[in-house]
Amino acid sequence: MLDRANTLLRRIPAWGLYLVAPVPVIWIYLLGLTGELGVDPAKRIEHQLGLWSLWLLIAGLAVTPLRRFAGLNLLRFRRAIGVITFFYILAHLLTWLVLDVQFQGVWADIVKRWYITVGMAGFVLMIPLVATSNDWSLRKLGSVTWRKLHRLVYPIAILGALHFLLLTKGFQWEPLLYALVIAGLLLSRTRRRHSRPNRVAA
Amino acid sequence: MAYRWKNTLTAEDATPYSAFLNRRQMMAGMAAGGIAGAIPKGATAQEVLEPNTWEEITNYCNFYEFGTGKEDPARYADALTIDPWTVRIDGLVDKPGDYNFADIMSQMTIEERIYRFRCVEAWSMVIPWNGFELADLLEWVGVQSSARYVAFETAMRPDEMPGLSSPVIDWPYVEGLRLDEAMHPLTIMATGIYGRDIAKQNGAPMRLAVPWKYGFKSIKSIVRISLVEDEPPTAWNKYSAREYGFYSNVNPEVDHPRWSQATERRIGGGLFAKRQPTLMFNGYEEDVASLYQGMDLREFF
Repeated sequence: MLDRANTLLRRIPAWGLYLVAPVPVIWIYLLGLTGELGVDPAKRIEHQLGLWSLWLLIAGLAVTPLRRFAGLNLLRFRRAIGVITFFYILAHLLTWLVLDVQFQGVWADIVKRWYITVGMAGFVLMIPLVATSNDWSLRKLGSVTWRKLHRLVYPIAILGALHFLLLTKGFQWEPLLYALVIAGLLLSRTRRRHSRPNRVAA
Repeated sequence: MAYRWKNTLTAEDATPYSAFLNRRQMMAGMAAGGIAGAIPKGATAQEVLEPNTWEEITNYCNFYEFGTGKEDPARYADALTIDPWTVRIDGLVDKPGDYNFADIMSQMTIEERIYRFRCVEAWSMVIPWNGFELADLLEWVGVQSSARYVAFETAMRPDEMPGLSSPVIDWPYVEGLRLDEAMHPLTIMATGIYGRDIAKQNGAPMRLAVPWKYGFKSIKSIVRISLVEDEPPTAWNKYSAREYGFYSNVNPEVDHPRWSQATERRIGGGLFAKRQPTLMFNGYEEDVASLYQGMDLREFF
């Protein structure tokens, strides 16, 4: 069963993800433009893109535990997932900037509002990762340095979870749930690291 | 004594619902007096306020008893039983008791008020309320001289309100006003919108509408009104006193700790709606600023 899944997955080219990735973004913008998203489409799009970004972060972080604990090999897709995550976060950020706050007091927001500071920090940390998500950078940096650099995804995930936790009004389960899933995915790694050395990822 | 405050509209301008939909360009906002003389900073002399549609008003609500999503109230509020509806009026009043909503209505004069509505989350609408002045109700039950504040409470019915199963805030929802705020002619108990009974997701059968304060002060589906001596606890203030003050007057110069209050998004403008400047006291400065004379509005936010 698992072998079949892995065999099947091997036939799917990773670049296919890049083709599919823009579809939801285009789709939700089309819905917003045609009035299908209710009376506050800008906020809806902004929030949905934020949630999708968290899903993608979680998907990226799930690759290693899925391989280790379930034997499902998605490693080939991880780079694409990471790059797509960056562009979703960028779309989320641009929606906030252009449609929501409309460039008003943006700098003050970034410095003064905790949840924006945290979200922005997460985005900035992603820039070196997306810039080095190519074979050339991997060779240039060497796999040890490259892998060290890409561990930045752990603080990024924490910042993402925190960003969601900090922006809600009242006690709500949803951001807590995301934080727990991300915490779980990160913890699954620390345990492993103590018990035996990491395998080298491709 | 109703009609203490008037829109710049005359009584002839009050339109039936159907006509409203055809002719929604409305003048509203400024008090009947002093239009020409003193204009709130940043506001134009006679701003044309276009009320939001019934669909917008009823499908974009914060009523956490029915869930935290903006569309949850529209989805779930139908389960709320509003007939019969009893309001307990107690505390420092001459005639305390459990009042039937219908009996209250038979005593009150319903009028139309087109008000700006500014949510603390920095979005806004314009709502054509129908309702009566809270002052009329308070005078009817007789306010005792020792009363200083009015406390309000929303219905808490776990069987009818799915949102109550989650401890979003400390239920039931409670709110409060200083007595002079409660007696102000702008403060109404809204019982309708567009001449129709107010929708359940908007706080049926009666909710407060205090247009110069952030929307959460305008408590919905009220089951209790108490006249008290001390400042009553209020729901969001209990949750985070740093973020939500007792007064919560609309003030573009005092930011919420997590976002700016200088501008607002007017709901209904579509994807590319431009933000608008938020007005001091939500455009009702001329009417209410005197209530807060000598108070530091940064301290008493």
